[in-house]
Amino acid sequence: MVTKRVRLTFEGEAVKEPVIYKMGHAFQVVTNIRMADVEHDFGWVILEVEGEAEETQRCLDWVESLGVRIDPLAGDIVEG
Amino acid sequence: MSFATSLLCRECGNETELAPVNACDFCFGPMEVTYDYAALRGRVTRERIEGGPKSIWRYIDLLPVDGEFVVDLGVGFTPLVRADNLARRLGMRELWIKNDTHNPTWSFKDRVVAVASSRARQFEFDTLACASTGNLANSVAAHAARAGLRAVVFIPHDLEVGKIVGSAVYRPTIIAVDGSYDDVNRLCSELADNRWWAFVNINVRPYYAEGSRTLGFEVVEQLGWRAPEQCLVPMASGALFVKIHKGISELAQLGLIEETPVKMIGAQAAGCSPISTAWAAGTTNIRPVKPATIAKSLAIGNPADGFYALKTMEQTGGAGVTATDAEIVEAIGLLAECEGIFAETAGGVTIAGLRNALDQELLDPERSTVAFITGGGLKTVEAVEGALAPPIAVDASVSSFEDAYAAAGAR
Repeated sequence: MVTKRVRLTFEGEAVKEPVIYKMGHAFQVVTNIRMADVEHDFGWVILEVEGEAEETQRCLDWVESLGVRIDPLAGDIVEG
Repeated sequence: MSFATSLLCRECGNETELAPVNACDFCFGPMEVTYDYAALRGRVTRERIEGGPKSIWRYIDLLPVDGEFVVDLGVGFTPLVRADNLARRLGMRELWIKNDTHNPTWSFKDRVVAVASSRARQFEFDTLACASTGNLANSVAAHAARAGLRAVVFIPHDLEVGKIVGSAVYRPTIIAVDGSYDDVNRLCSELADNRWWAFVNINVRPYYAEGSRTLGFEVVEQLGWRAPEQCLVPMASGALFVKIHKGISELAQLGLIEETPVKMIGAQAAGCSPISTAWAAGTTNIRPVKPATIAKSLAIGNPADGFYALKTMEQTGGAGVTATDAEIVEAIGLLAECEGIFAETAGGVTIAGLRNALDQELLDPERSTVAFITGGGLKTVEAVEGALAPPIAVDASVSSFEDAYAAAGAR
């Protein structure tokens, strides 16, 4: 089992989609929202995702395929 | 002994012991070092600081490191230059340039890495790591060499060879990751969780970021123990901006200077300006962007401290401004021509941002202002080479020289 902590950024239509609900139904993962701020056309969620490593990655890849941006909690790590 | 007492969550206030962690266990908010200010008040005096070494370590009482662990490359106490020529060109009364190109690896990153590497030694790490395309990697590799630590530097696979020379010379292990910048971000984030390594801007980030406060300390001391009225700071993650203000405020809190307002203006390249854009839109919700700018050292599309930078602007009556790539190149030339200081592209953002802030009346030209130049120009020669006049070609004769010299309108 692994636990990943990620920041999801939603823009446009993706804001209206029940993405986190679907994560827990379509994949064998447990999601846990820790912080969030959602406006009508933009929002972010700090999320904990727990599951088998492969399944967790498959789930996050699916989220990304919806146009949701996924970042590490620490923001961009690659610095100039 | 350090006066650092604990880590405090910047979101929920949760307090934990000093450890190599960046995120709060409870809310995942970022952690920040806190100090025993009551004890510091009795210990830190102007005289004690002035009697210290000419480096950031003169402020060791205010840093989260015990003296025996210090990794000392002689970082900091860089020149604060009164820039009258540039001030005249911009119509300003009192302009100062804080010239951090004088650091051992020619950028302000030496300040943050000096503190991170020292604290890493105190935590008994044997490996210092980072992901970087330039300045940060240079500094991590140099400090690890000095400290006898192993260095591991992650770079995107398509980074030009010339960009890694300044790191490779110190003999770190360099890992070129086959993937996008986002892939490198993810990999390093996972490795920081899985390995007992000090990733300077991940698990030891709370200590790393504290090093930027020394810029605020130095400016105040070099101005004769007074705070500037306005600061112009380039922004990438936003941490430097926030910490310079924090450093100045702490000196007032400790009674070393009078408490006076300091207006904080942050500058970003127009091609990567998530913080300045949020400020202009009047929101604290930062929208991540894909960087597209020549100011690579500021190319952070998803800034970790963006929210706090916006809060600092709000608190100080400051603002966020931007500079286009053309303005950046022009500003590098202006600074060099007026003051003899060759800055990298981030310095171009500072000077172009200064001019734009004046044009937009966000800065008062009558008030004392410090502009921060955070890296040396030899790091980004390619950005300006096309904008410079070619040499005047002559034969090896006096007449050829006289003709060509006169034809070029040179004096």
